[in-house]
Amino acid sequence: MAEELLRRTFEIQGRDFENAGERSTEVTTILKDLDVDPNTVLRVGVVAFEAEMNVVMYAHRATLTFVLTDQEIVVEVADEGPGIPDIELAMEPGYSTASDEMREMGFGYGLGLPNIKKNSDVFSLESEVGKGTRVYSKIRLMSYE
Amino acid sequence: MRLEMLRDLLRCEVLTGADALDTEIETAVASDAMSLVLASPHPRALMITGLTNVQSVRTAQVAYLPAIVYVRGNRPSETTVKLARDSKTVLLSTKLGMFECCGILYSHGIRDGN
Repeated sequence: MAEELLRRTFEIQGRDFENAGERSTEVTTILKDLDVDPNTVLRVGVVAFEAEMNVVMYAHRATLTFVLTDQEIVVEVADEGPGIPDIELAMEPGYSTASDEMREMGFGYGLGLPNIKKNSDVFSLESEVGKGTRVYSKIRLMSYE
Repeated sequence: MRLEMLRDLLRCEVLTGADALDTEIETAVASDAMSLVLASPHPRALMITGLTNVQSVRTAQVAYLPAIVYVRGNRPSETTVKLARDSKTVLLSTKLGMFECCGILYSHGIRDGN
């Protein structure tokens, strides 16, 4: 049974481009301070950053939950938003419904969800059109691989 | 290559991090798309980009990139520079374009981070 060491929740507001990415960098700072190995910190950072950008670009608001146990790290982002009508299509690298404005921010290239999945040991995505989307990512700590 | 040599080669202005120009760079990643930078991580690489918003520095922070060169004379806002200063990310700005920057650095031994 994994022992929970740390749990943090962050609120993310849709369209808040100025602060987008702040929670992810905070999460990576916590992990760096705890001397978690850099590769794991990088993977968690990419997962959290991409998930955060998705919320800012597409959703109204969301809660990002970050849990560290002695065996793994979980990043879960549950948003209130338009939802994803076709999850299979959304998971295809390069598929995007982003506007030019979003791409000018450096995101919206259809790589967010694939990047999250690639960096996760366990990944799930649930979505209901008109209600919201929940992204779950688990990353095992190196010593438990 | 030390960042100070890179600064001279690309005729960069140092926006922040003048005290860290002895940092060694061996690899680089060039893109305006931060998702592409994050898609294949390049720890300790230089980022070359035209994107000057705050997400460029946050991407560098998350992806362990010690320095960013902004091309085409682009300059980030003071908020972005402050974030970089706080996170000890070196910011440089050059009037050269991305293609020329990549060519010059490649010819001096800098390679792709993959």
